[in-house]
Amino acid sequence: MNLMASFEPMHFLENLRYMGIGMLGIFIVIGIIMLLTLLLNKLTSEKNSSDQENK
Amino acid sequence: MEVLYQNLLNLDVKMIVMWLIGGILIYLAVKKDMEPTLLLPMGFGAILVNLPLSGAITHGTSEGPLSILYEAGIANELFPLILFIGIGAMIDFGPLLSNPILMLFGAAAQFGIFFTLCMASMFFDLNDAASIAIIGAADGPTSIVVGQKLNSNYIGAIMVAAYSYMALVPIIQPPIIKLLTSKKERKIRMEYTQKPVSKTTRILFPICITIIAGLIAPASVALVGFLMFGNLIRECGVLDSLSETAQKVLANLVTIFLGITIASQMQAENFLRWDTILILMLGLVAFIFDTAGGVIFAKILNLFLKKKINPMIGAAGISAFPMSGRVVHKLALKEDPTNFLLMQATGVNVSGQIASVIAGGMILNFFLH
Repeated sequence: MNLMASFEPMHFLENLRYMGIGMLGIFIVIGIIMLLTLLLNKLTSEKNSSDQENK
Repeated sequence: MEVLYQNLLNLDVKMIVMWLIGGILIYLAVKKDMEPTLLLPMGFGAILVNLPLSGAITHGTSEGPLSILYEAGIANELFPLILFIGIGAMIDFGPLLSNPILMLFGAAAQFGIFFTLCMASMFFDLNDAASIAIIGAADGPTSIVVGQKLNSNYIGAIMVAAYSYMALVPIIQPPIIKLLTSKKERKIRMEYTQKPVSKTTRILFPICITIIAGLIAPASVALVGFLMFGNLIRECGVLDSLSETAQKVLANLVTIFLGITIASQMQAENFLRWDTILILMLGLVAFIFDTAGGVIFAKILNLFLKKKINPMIGAAGISAFPMSGRVVHKLALKEDPTNFLLMQATGVNVSGQIASVIAGGMILNFFLH
Protein backbone atom coordinates (compact mmCIF):
# COMPACT_ATOMS: atom_id res chain seq x y z
CA MET A 1 0.00 0.00 0.00
CA ASN A 2 1.33 3.43 -0.90
CA LEU A 3 0.54 5.42 2.22
CA MET A 4 1.06 8.85 0.70
CA ALA A 5 -1.12 8.03 -2.30
CA SER A 6 -3.98 6.95 -0.05
CA PHE A 7 -3.61 9.88 2.38
CA GLU A 8 -6.92 11.79 2.54
CA PRO A 9 -6.77 14.42 5.31
CA MET A 10 -10.36 15.54 4.72
CA HIS A 11 -11.59 12.11 5.84
CA PHE A 12 -10.67 13.11 9.39
CA LEU A 13 -13.25 15.88 9.41
CA GLU A 14 -15.82 13.86 7.46
CA ASN A 15 -15.70 11.06 10.04
CA LEU A 16 -15.87 13.27 13.12
CA ARG A 17 -19.61 12.52 13.17
CA TYR A 18 -18.81 8.92 14.12
CA MET A 19 -16.86 10.27 17.07
CA GLY A 20 -19.83 12.40 18.15
CA ILE A 21 -22.47 9.72 17.68
CA GLY A 22 -20.23 6.97 19.11
CA MET A 23 -19.31 8.82 22.30
CA LEU A 24 -22.89 10.00 22.78
CA GLY A 25 -24.10 6.43 22.27
CA ILE A 26 -21.66 5.03 24.83
CA PHE A 27 -22.63 7.65 27.42
CA ILE A 28 -26.32 6.93 26.85
CA VAL A 29 -25.87 3.15 27.22
CA ILE A 30 -23.61 3.55 30.26
CA GLY A 31 -26.09 6.06 31.69
CA ILE A 32 -28.91 3.52 31.33
CA ILE A 33 -26.76 0.82 32.98
CA MET A 34 -25.85 3.24 35.77
CA LEU A 35 -29.47 4.10 36.46
CA LEU A 36 -30.41 0.44 36.35
CA THR A 37 -27.66 -0.38 38.85
CA LEU A 38 -28.84 2.38 41.19
CA LEU A 39 -32.37 1.03 40.88
CA LEU A 40 -31.25 -2.56 41.53
CA ASN A 41 -29.28 -1.43 44.59
CA LYS A 42 -32.26 0.51 45.89
CA LEU A 43 -34.79 -2.24 45.30
CA THR A 44 -32.72 -5.06 46.71
CA SER A 45 -31.53 -3.09 49.74
CA GLU A 46 -35.17 -2.19 50.53
CA LYS A 47 -36.01 -5.86 50.26
CA ASN A 48 -33.18 -6.74 52.62
CA SER A 49 -34.27 -4.19 55.19
CA SER A 50 -37.92 -5.31 55.01
CA ASP A 51 -36.72 -8.91 55.34
CA GLN A 52 -34.88 -7.92 58.47
CA GLU A 53 -37.93 -6.09 59.81
CA ASN A 54 -40.10 -9.19 59.27
CA LYS A 55 -37.63 -11.25 61.25
CA MET B 1 23.88 -33.83 2.01
CA GLU B 2 21.87 -31.41 -0.08
CA VAL B 3 18.72 -32.35 1.82
CA LEU B 4 20.24 -30.86 4.99
CA TYR B 5 20.73 -27.36 3.64
CA GLN B 6 18.34 -26.94 0.73
CA ASN B 7 15.65 -25.31 2.92
CA LEU B 8 18.23 -22.73 4.05
CA LEU B 9 18.15 -21.37 0.50
CA ASN B 10 14.50 -20.38 1.11
CA LEU B 11 15.47 -18.18 4.07
CA ASP B 12 15.23 -14.44 3.55
CA VAL B 13 16.09 -11.36 5.58
CA LYS B 14 12.45 -10.59 6.40
CA MET B 15 12.12 -13.94 8.16
CA ILE B 16 15.15 -13.16 10.30
CA VAL B 17 13.65 -9.77 11.17
CA MET B 18 10.51 -11.63 12.32
CA TRP B 19 12.66 -13.92 14.49
CA LEU B 20 14.06 -10.78 16.12
CA ILE B 21 10.55 -9.43 16.67
CA GLY B 22 9.57 -12.79 18.16
CA GLY B 23 12.67 -12.65 20.36
CA ILE B 24 11.73 -9.16 21.56
CA LEU B 25 8.21 -10.33 22.46
CA ILE B 26 9.66 -13.27 24.40
CA TYR B 27 12.14 -10.93 26.13
CA LEU B 28 9.34 -8.54 27.15
CA ALA B 29 7.31 -11.48 28.45
CA VAL B 30 10.09 -13.18 30.40
CA LYS B 31 12.31 -10.31 31.56
CA LYS B 32 9.79 -7.50 31.88
CA ASP B 33 6.79 -9.66 32.83
CA MET B 34 4.64 -7.84 30.28
CA GLU B 35 1.48 -9.83 29.55
CA PRO B 36 3.60 -13.03 29.39
CA THR B 37 0.62 -15.32 28.84
CA LEU B 38 0.15 -13.79 25.41
CA LEU B 39 3.44 -12.20 24.41
CA LEU B 40 5.41 -15.40 24.97
CA PRO B 41 3.23 -17.65 22.76
CA MET B 42 3.03 -14.86 20.18
CA GLY B 43 6.81 -14.40 20.20
CA PHE B 44 7.48 -18.10 19.83
CA GLY B 45 4.78 -18.40 17.19
CA ALA B 46 6.33 -15.51 15.24
CA ILE B 47 9.54 -17.54 14.99
CA LEU B 48 7.68 -20.78 14.23
CA VAL B 49 5.72 -19.43 11.28
CA ASN B 50 8.69 -17.58 9.81
CA LEU B 51 10.86 -20.60 9.24
CA PRO B 52 11.16 -21.27 5.51
CA LEU B 53 8.34 -23.55 4.33
CA SER B 54 7.15 -23.85 7.94
CA GLY B 55 4.93 -26.87 8.36
CA ALA B 56 3.07 -25.02 11.13
CA ILE B 57 1.08 -23.04 8.57
CA THR B 58 -0.73 -24.00 5.42
CA HIS B 59 1.22 -23.95 2.14
CA GLY B 60 -0.90 -24.77 -0.89
CA THR B 61 -2.62 -28.08 -0.22
CA SER B 62 -0.43 -28.95 2.75
CA GLU B 63 -2.36 -27.86 5.82
CA GLY B 64 -0.54 -26.56 8.90
CA PRO B 65 -1.88 -26.88 12.46
CA LEU B 66 -1.70 -23.15 13.24
CA SER B 67 -3.69 -22.28 10.12
CA ILE B 68 -6.26 -24.93 11.08
CA LEU B 69 -6.43 -23.51 14.61
CA TYR B 70 -6.84 -20.01 13.16
CA GLU B 71 -9.80 -21.10 11.04
CA ALA B 72 -11.30 -23.13 13.88
CA GLY B 73 -10.89 -20.61 16.66
CA ILE B 74 -10.16 -17.09 15.52
CA ALA B 75 -11.66 -16.64 12.04
CA ASN B 76 -15.02 -17.64 13.56
CA GLU B 77 -14.28 -15.63 16.79
CA LEU B 78 -14.68 -18.71 18.99
CA PHE B 79 -11.45 -18.43 21.04
CA PRO B 80 -11.90 -14.77 22.06
CA LEU B 81 -15.51 -15.40 23.00
CA ILE B 82 -14.67 -18.45 25.12
CA LEU B 83 -11.89 -16.46 26.75
CA PHE B 84 -14.49 -13.84 27.63
CA ILE B 85 -16.32 -16.43 29.78
CA GLY B 86 -13.11 -16.81 31.78
CA ILE B 87 -12.58 -13.05 32.00
CA GLY B 88 -16.19 -12.55 33.10
CA ALA B 89 -15.70 -15.13 35.83
CA MET B 90 -12.58 -13.30 37.03
CA ILE B 91 -14.22 -9.88 37.31
CA ASP B 92 -15.69 -8.68 40.57
CA PHE B 93 -18.18 -5.96 39.69
CA GLY B 94 -18.58 -5.21 43.42
CA PRO B 95 -16.66 -1.90 43.51
CA LEU B 96 -18.61 -0.73 40.47
CA LEU B 97 -21.99 -1.85 41.79
CA SER B 98 -21.43 -0.10 45.09
CA ASN B 99 -20.44 3.12 43.30
CA PRO B 100 -22.15 3.17 39.87
CA ILE B 101 -21.09 6.74 39.09
CA LEU B 102 -17.64 5.31 38.31
CA MET B 103 -19.12 3.89 35.09
CA LEU B 104 -18.98 7.33 33.49
CA PHE B 105 -15.19 7.22 33.43
CA GLY B 106 -15.27 3.93 31.57
CA ALA B 107 -17.37 5.62 28.91
CA ALA B 108 -15.10 8.67 28.66
CA ALA B 109 -12.00 6.54 28.25
CA GLN B 110 -13.30 5.10 24.97
CA PHE B 111 -12.57 8.47 23.33
CA GLY B 112 -9.33 7.14 21.85
CA ILE B 113 -11.25 4.59 19.77
CA PHE B 114 -13.27 7.21 17.95
CA PHE B 115 -10.39 9.68 17.64
CA THR B 116 -8.27 6.93 16.12
CA LEU B 117 -11.12 6.02 13.78
CA CYS B 118 -10.95 9.55 12.36
CA MET B 119 -7.15 9.43 12.19
CA ALA B 120 -7.05 5.99 10.56
CA SER B 121 -9.70 6.98 8.02
CA MET B 122 -7.13 9.34 6.49
CA PHE B 123 -5.08 6.30 5.43
CA PHE B 124 -7.41 3.31 5.28
CA ASP B 125 -10.94 2.53 4.11
CA LEU B 126 -13.60 2.83 6.81
CA ASN B 127 -13.88 -0.86 7.73
CA ASP B 128 -10.12 -1.16 8.19
CA ALA B 129 -10.00 2.19 10.00
CA ALA B 130 -12.72 1.02 12.40
CA SER B 131 -10.92 -2.29 13.00
CA ILE B 132 -7.69 -0.41 13.73
CA ALA B 133 -9.49 2.05 16.00
CA ILE B 134 -10.83 -0.76 18.16
CA ILE B 135 -7.25 -1.46 19.30
CA GLY B 136 -8.16 1.37 21.67
CA ALA B 137 -10.68 -0.91 23.35
CA ALA B 138 -7.56 -2.25 25.11
CA ASP B 139 -9.23 -5.60 24.97
CA GLY B 140 -7.85 -8.34 22.74
CA PRO B 141 -11.04 -10.40 22.29
CA THR B 142 -13.07 -7.32 21.30
CA SER B 143 -10.39 -6.31 18.77
CA ILE B 144 -10.40 -9.78 17.24
CA VAL B 145 -14.18 -10.03 17.01
CA VAL B 146 -14.64 -6.55 15.52
CA GLY B 147 -11.73 -6.98 13.10
CA GLN B 148 -13.06 -10.35 11.93
CA LYS B 149 -16.66 -9.17 11.57
CA LEU B 150 -15.55 -6.15 9.57
CA ASN B 151 -13.38 -8.42 7.44
CA SER B 152 -10.27 -6.32 7.99
CA ASN B 153 -7.22 -6.92 5.83
CA TYR B 154 -4.95 -6.13 8.78
CA ILE B 155 -6.19 -8.53 11.45
CA GLY B 156 -2.68 -9.83 12.24
CA ALA B 157 -1.21 -6.39 12.91
CA ILE B 158 -4.34 -5.35 14.85
CA MET B 159 -4.13 -8.38 17.16
CA VAL B 160 -0.43 -7.90 17.77
CA ALA B 161 -0.92 -4.18 18.47
CA ALA B 162 -3.89 -4.81 20.78
CA TYR B 163 -2.08 -7.34 22.95
CA SER B 164 1.30 -5.60 22.89
CA TYR B 165 -0.11 -2.25 23.99
CA MET B 166 -2.15 -3.90 26.74
CA ALA B 167 1.15 -5.23 28.02
CA LEU B 168 2.70 -1.77 27.71
CA VAL B 169 0.01 0.06 29.68
CA PRO B 170 2.38 0.62 32.65
CA ILE B 171 4.75 2.41 30.27
CA ILE B 172 2.24 4.28 28.08
CA GLN B 173 -0.15 5.69 30.68
CA PRO B 174 1.98 7.35 33.41
CA PRO B 175 3.55 10.07 31.21
CA ILE B 176 0.15 10.98 29.72
CA ILE B 177 -1.45 11.14 33.17
CA LYS B 178 1.39 13.29 34.51
CA LEU B 179 1.24 15.59 31.51
CA LEU B 180 -2.47 16.23 32.02
CA THR B 181 -2.57 16.58 35.81
CA SER B 182 -0.86 18.77 38.39
CA LYS B 183 0.90 17.37 41.44
CA LYS B 184 -1.91 18.82 43.56
CA GLU B 185 -4.53 16.98 41.50
CA ARG B 186 -2.62 13.72 41.74
CA LYS B 187 -2.66 14.03 45.54
CA ILE B 188 -6.44 14.37 45.79
CA ARG B 189 -7.81 11.83 48.20
CA MET B 190 -11.01 9.98 47.53
CA GLU B 191 -12.82 8.33 50.37
CA TYR B 192 -13.95 4.82 49.63
CA THR B 193 -16.86 3.38 51.51
CA GLN B 194 -17.72 -0.16 50.56
CA LYS B 195 -21.51 -0.14 50.36
CA PRO B 196 -23.10 -3.56 50.67
CA VAL B 197 -24.23 -5.04 47.35
CA SER B 198 -26.94 -7.66 47.57
CA LYS B 199 -26.57 -11.04 45.94
CA THR B 200 -29.72 -10.33 43.92
CA THR B 201 -28.08 -7.25 42.40
CA ARG B 202 -24.93 -9.22 41.61
CA ILE B 203 -27.01 -11.88 39.83
CA LEU B 204 -29.36 -9.51 38.02
CA PHE B 205 -26.57 -7.16 36.86
CA PRO B 206 -24.99 -9.46 34.21
CA ILE B 207 -28.43 -10.50 32.96
CA CYS B 208 -29.64 -6.89 32.62
CA ILE B 209 -26.42 -5.73 30.92
CA THR B 210 -26.77 -8.52 28.36
CA ILE B 211 -30.36 -7.53 27.61
CA ILE B 212 -29.55 -3.81 27.31
CA ALA B 213 -26.47 -4.38 25.13
CA GLY B 214 -28.35 -6.88 23.00
CA LEU B 215 -31.19 -4.45 22.39
CA ILE B 216 -28.93 -1.53 21.54
CA ALA B 217 -25.99 -3.18 19.79
CA PRO B 218 -27.11 -6.68 18.71
CA ALA B 219 -23.90 -7.34 16.78
CA SER B 220 -21.92 -7.21 20.01
CA VAL B 221 -24.29 -9.30 22.09
CA ALA B 222 -22.10 -12.39 21.85
CA LEU B 223 -19.18 -10.45 23.36
CA VAL B 224 -21.24 -8.95 26.16
CA GLY B 225 -23.21 -12.15 26.65
CA PHE B 226 -20.17 -14.40 27.05
CA LEU B 227 -18.51 -11.91 29.42
CA MET B 228 -21.67 -11.65 31.50
CA PHE B 229 -22.29 -15.40 31.39
CA GLY B 230 -18.87 -15.89 32.98
CA ASN B 231 -19.76 -13.32 35.62
CA LEU B 232 -23.12 -14.93 36.30
CA ILE B 233 -21.38 -18.28 36.89
CA ARG B 234 -19.18 -16.49 39.42
CA GLU B 235 -21.93 -14.62 41.21
CA CYS B 236 -24.77 -17.16 41.28
CA GLY B 237 -23.19 -18.95 44.22
CA VAL B 238 -24.16 -22.45 43.12
CA LEU B 239 -21.52 -23.01 40.43
CA ASP B 240 -18.29 -22.42 42.30
CA SER B 241 -16.58 -25.33 40.63
CA LEU B 242 -17.52 -24.07 37.13
CA SER B 243 -16.49 -20.56 38.09
CA GLU B 244 -13.07 -21.78 39.20
CA THR B 245 -12.68 -23.80 36.01
CA ALA B 246 -13.66 -20.81 33.85
CA GLN B 247 -11.24 -18.51 35.68
CA LYS B 248 -8.29 -20.86 35.58
CA VAL B 249 -8.39 -23.95 33.37
CA LEU B 250 -10.63 -22.64 30.59
CA ALA B 251 -8.96 -19.22 30.41
CA ASN B 252 -5.49 -20.78 30.47
CA LEU B 253 -6.30 -23.34 27.79
CA VAL B 254 -7.75 -20.77 25.42
CA THR B 255 -4.89 -18.37 26.11
CA ILE B 256 -2.30 -20.99 25.16
CA PHE B 257 -3.96 -21.52 21.79
CA LEU B 258 -4.92 -17.88 21.27
CA GLY B 259 -1.40 -16.48 21.51
CA ILE B 260 0.29 -18.96 19.24
CA THR B 261 -2.60 -18.94 16.77
CA ILE B 262 -2.47 -15.13 16.51
CA ALA B 263 1.16 -15.58 15.56
CA SER B 264 0.05 -17.48 12.45
CA GLN B 265 -0.85 -14.05 11.10
CA MET B 266 2.67 -12.76 11.67
CA GLN B 267 4.20 -14.12 8.50
CA ALA B 268 6.92 -11.81 7.26
CA GLU B 269 5.36 -11.04 3.89
CA ASN B 270 2.11 -9.93 5.55
CA PHE B 271 3.61 -8.29 8.62
CA LEU B 272 6.72 -6.37 7.54
CA ARG B 273 4.95 -3.61 5.66
CA TRP B 274 4.69 0.14 6.14
CA ASP B 275 0.98 -0.15 6.87
CA THR B 276 1.77 -2.47 9.82
CA ILE B 277 4.03 0.21 11.30
CA LEU B 278 1.27 2.77 10.72
CA ILE B 279 -1.26 0.48 12.45
CA LEU B 280 1.09 0.10 15.44
CA MET B 281 1.41 3.90 15.61
CA LEU B 282 -2.37 4.37 15.37
CA GLY B 283 -2.84 1.79 18.14
CA LEU B 284 -0.57 3.88 20.34
CA VAL B 285 -2.60 6.99 19.46
CA ALA B 286 -5.74 5.12 20.55
CA PHE B 287 -4.26 4.22 23.95
CA ILE B 288 -2.95 7.76 24.49
CA PHE B 289 -6.28 9.40 23.67
CA ASP B 290 -8.23 6.84 25.73
CA THR B 291 -6.11 7.80 28.72
CA ALA B 292 -6.46 11.50 27.94
CA GLY B 293 -10.22 11.16 27.47
CA GLY B 294 -10.69 9.62 30.92
CA VAL B 295 -8.42 12.10 32.71
CA ILE B 296 -9.86 15.19 30.99
CA PHE B 297 -13.42 14.01 31.67
CA ALA B 298 -12.59 13.73 35.39
CA LYS B 299 -11.07 17.22 35.33
CA ILE B 300 -14.21 18.60 33.69
CA LEU B 301 -16.39 16.90 36.33
CA ASN B 302 -14.21 18.47 39.01
CA LEU B 303 -15.26 21.92 37.78
CA PHE B 304 -18.78 21.15 39.02
CA LEU B 305 -18.12 18.94 42.03
CA LYS B 306 -17.62 20.13 45.59
CA LYS B 307 -15.89 16.93 46.57
CA LYS B 308 -13.11 16.65 44.01
CA ILE B 309 -12.22 13.46 42.18
CA ASN B 310 -8.62 12.46 41.65
CA PRO B 311 -8.50 12.86 37.85
CA MET B 312 -6.02 10.00 37.53
CA ILE B 313 -8.81 7.47 38.05
CA GLY B 314 -10.23 8.53 34.67
CA ALA B 315 -7.22 6.88 33.06
CA ALA B 316 -8.25 3.53 34.53
CA GLY B 317 -11.32 3.63 32.29
CA ILE B 318 -9.44 1.88 29.50
CA SER B 319 -10.29 -1.74 29.64
CA ALA B 320 -6.78 -3.15 30.14
CA PHE B 321 -7.74 -5.04 33.28
CA PRO B 322 -6.28 -5.01 35.90
CA MET B 323 -3.09 -3.26 34.75
CA SER B 324 -4.64 0.14 34.28
CA GLY B 325 -6.20 0.22 37.74
CA ARG B 326 -2.88 -0.77 39.26
CA VAL B 327 -1.01 1.93 37.31
CA VAL B 328 -3.29 4.63 38.74
CA HIS B 329 -3.02 3.18 42.24
CA LYS B 330 0.79 3.13 42.06
CA LEU B 331 0.95 6.69 40.70
CA ALA B 332 -1.20 7.89 43.59
CA LEU B 333 1.02 6.10 46.09
CA LYS B 334 4.08 7.65 44.50
CA GLU B 335 2.70 11.14 45.10
CA ASP B 336 1.42 10.34 48.58
CA PRO B 337 2.23 6.97 50.15
CA THR B 338 -0.94 7.15 52.26
CA ASN B 339 -3.35 7.78 49.36
CA PHE B 340 -4.98 4.49 48.34
CA LEU B 341 -7.01 4.62 45.12
CA LEU B 342 -7.00 0.92 44.30
CA MET B 343 -10.70 0.25 44.86
CA GLN B 344 -11.88 3.34 42.97
CA ALA B 345 -9.45 2.69 40.11
CA THR B 346 -10.51 -0.98 39.95
CA GLY B 347 -14.17 0.06 39.77
CA VAL B 348 -13.38 2.40 36.88
CA ASN B 349 -11.24 -0.27 35.24
CA VAL B 350 -14.08 -2.79 35.37
CA SER B 351 -16.48 -0.23 33.91
CA GLY B 352 -13.97 0.21 31.07
CA GLN B 353 -14.37 -3.48 30.32
CA ILE B 354 -18.11 -3.02 29.83
CA ALA B 355 -17.73 0.28 27.97
CA SER B 356 -15.12 -1.11 25.57
CA VAL B 357 -17.46 -3.94 24.56
CA ILE B 358 -20.25 -1.42 24.04
CA ALA B 359 -17.84 0.69 21.95
CA GLY B 360 -17.13 -2.42 19.87
CA GLY B 361 -20.88 -2.83 19.43
CA MET B 362 -21.21 0.82 18.33
CA ILE B 363 -18.46 0.34 15.77
CA LEU B 364 -20.19 -2.78 14.44
CA ASN B 365 -23.52 -0.92 14.34
CA PHE B 366 -21.88 1.77 12.20
CA PHE B 367 -19.97 -0.36 9.75
CA LEU B 368 -21.32 -3.91 9.68
CA HIS B 369 -23.68 -4.15 6.74
